[in-house]
Amino acid sequence: MSLEEYKGVFTFAQQVDHKLEGVALELIGKGKELAKDLGTDVTAVLIGSDVKDLADTLAQYGADHVIVVDDPKLKDYRTEPYAQALTGVINEFKPEIMLVGATAIGRDLGPTVSARVKTGLTADCTSLEIGNFPLNAPEDKQKKNQLLMTRPAFGGNTIATIACPDNRPQMATVRPGVMVKCEPNKSAKADIIEYKADLTENNKYVEILDIVKEVGKKVDIMEAKILVSGGRGVGSAENFKLLEDLADAIGGTVSCSRAVVDNGWLPKDLQVGQTGKTVRPNVYFAIGISGAIQHVAGMEESDIIIAINKDESAPIFEVADYGIVGDLNKILPALTEAIKAQKAEA
Amino acid sequence: MKIVVCVKQVPDTKNGVVFNPDGTLNRGAMDKVMNPDDKAGLEVALQIKEKTGAEITVVTMGIPDADAVLREAFAMGADKGVLITDRVLGGADTWATSSTIAAGIRNLDYDLIITGRQAIDGDTAQVGPQIGEHLGIPVISYAADVQVEGDSVIVQRQYDDRTHKLKAKMPALVTCLAEEITPRYMTPGGIFDAFDKEVTVWGRNDLKDLDDGDIGLAGSPTKIAKASDKVRKGAGETVNLDPTESVKYIMDKLNEKHVI
Repeated sequence: MSLEEYKGVFTFAQQVDHKLEGVALELIGKGKELAKDLGTDVTAVLIGSDVKDLADTLAQYGADHVIVVDDPKLKDYRTEPYAQALTGVINEFKPEIMLVGATAIGRDLGPTVSARVKTGLTADCTSLEIGNFPLNAPEDKQKKNQLLMTRPAFGGNTIATIACPDNRPQMATVRPGVMVKCEPNKSAKADIIEYKADLTENNKYVEILDIVKEVGKKVDIMEAKILVSGGRGVGSAENFKLLEDLADAIGGTVSCSRAVVDNGWLPKDLQVGQTGKTVRPNVYFAIGISGAIQHVAGMEESDIIIAINKDESAPIFEVADYGIVGDLNKILPALTEAIKAQKAEA
Repeated sequence: MKIVVCVKQVPDTKNGVVFNPDGTLNRGAMDKVMNPDDKAGLEVALQIKEKTGAEITVVTMGIPDADAVLREAFAMGADKGVLITDRVLGGADTWATSSTIAAGIRNLDYDLIITGRQAIDGDTAQVGPQIGEHLGIPVISYAADVQVEGDSVIVQRQYDDRTHKLKAKMPALVTCLAEEITPRYMTPGGIFDAFDKEVTVWGRNDLKDLDDGDIGLAGSPTKIAKASDKVRKGAGETVNLDPTESVKYIMDKLNEKHVI
């Protein structure tokens, strides 16, 4: 089969409990840009049980077509039936690009499916573009219109751009929170293609004995416009009250660095960084955060970074737009009061 | 019962990284450690060994010096070690690496294969699941807890906001999380024995059912277009003022940018 027979940009529309993940919509947004450069369109692949009604949302965020694989076996995520479904779609429709969110599900499904269809997979990409490969070769030696996939590696120390010139589809998992969704067109209706995948049970089907959801209010730091983020320098779980007060006053959400999670001060779903979440809020307060490279990798795309740290040599000041050397215990309460006072005047 | 644990010797990224001119990593120029998730996987295998008397074979692929990571595994309590090393295997991406390691594992008896979730150099989390795929066995990734019950393995599999308790029939492959599993230290007796044990070394010709088109740099579907140190946005301004002035400074900036 020649590579030219593979057409179109496909995105995996991850849903859990009948709720689409943010990254599903982000992939469509990025997919639109790539499709424009290639002169093709975007197809979202929706897999689950009784999920067809989510297709319109995907269309509203820019999907030109939605392939739905709907089966009771696909109710809760399991590697094998989902891999059978996505592999079936790829073999039937032959996309040139297949994007999957780099979530705990996508990073399981992606490698399984890419190995099954025998193509390359680039993990956890933070930038995607269409270009020629090899980059610096003479034009007649270059392959045109390749997907160039950029990702951090080696703990965020380096960045590598990867191509997949001789296999199709070109597959990538994409880090959540990095690509930008389209403005939704509320009146769009999905062009639905129903696909019946071969979901024959085999030795690779696992049995789900139990599902335990994390309790407590679920705060999504990736959706927050303002993050008030604390690190080891905050000193204790109790002292995070100062950050919560500031967050309440300014309309933000509290997040943290890895050290805070390791100390048991805050839960892991609030962690920003390489082993936590990637965030890009309008404003990121880095309070008592030294700015290890693994943390910076998760927040450096924020629009405005304001760092408060008593150590003037802290590396966080190298990425901050506004750095304040000082004592957070003195600055935060006064800042909270100043914001409240201004809001009361308005 | 027989357990195969896959481990990788990785550069310690704390001290920075060094590249070859072709954009691949110059592993020889950096300090090396056993990959943390793999060490967690070895710990899981050792706990199963304590309960069932399982035999543990540790497999690694790398340069000849990767022998050291097998010695470390012996010192923790592993029974056998296999080093897959050959110049033609170098420069492999996750497809070629997983094809190669799967071919090595086909030479062994196994009920359970354990790998780490991901290695700290590449951070891909792809090789474990892809080994399972090549071998045609069930894969459970992101394991926080692994127990063997009869001919099945019971795993606590972590997702972003939940945990699934899953049961797979063996043979199966599980990938483990370092955050959830604390590995033991090497024992003095173990360290002493580790250097007497024999490591089995396999080259390309010892690997069966492996196509030349699926190994090494040439057999890798993904190609590096470029690699470089990360370019970061420059520092803004840093001020050192008293607390009252600091607050005024922040308020000015927040107002200037229409945040409040």
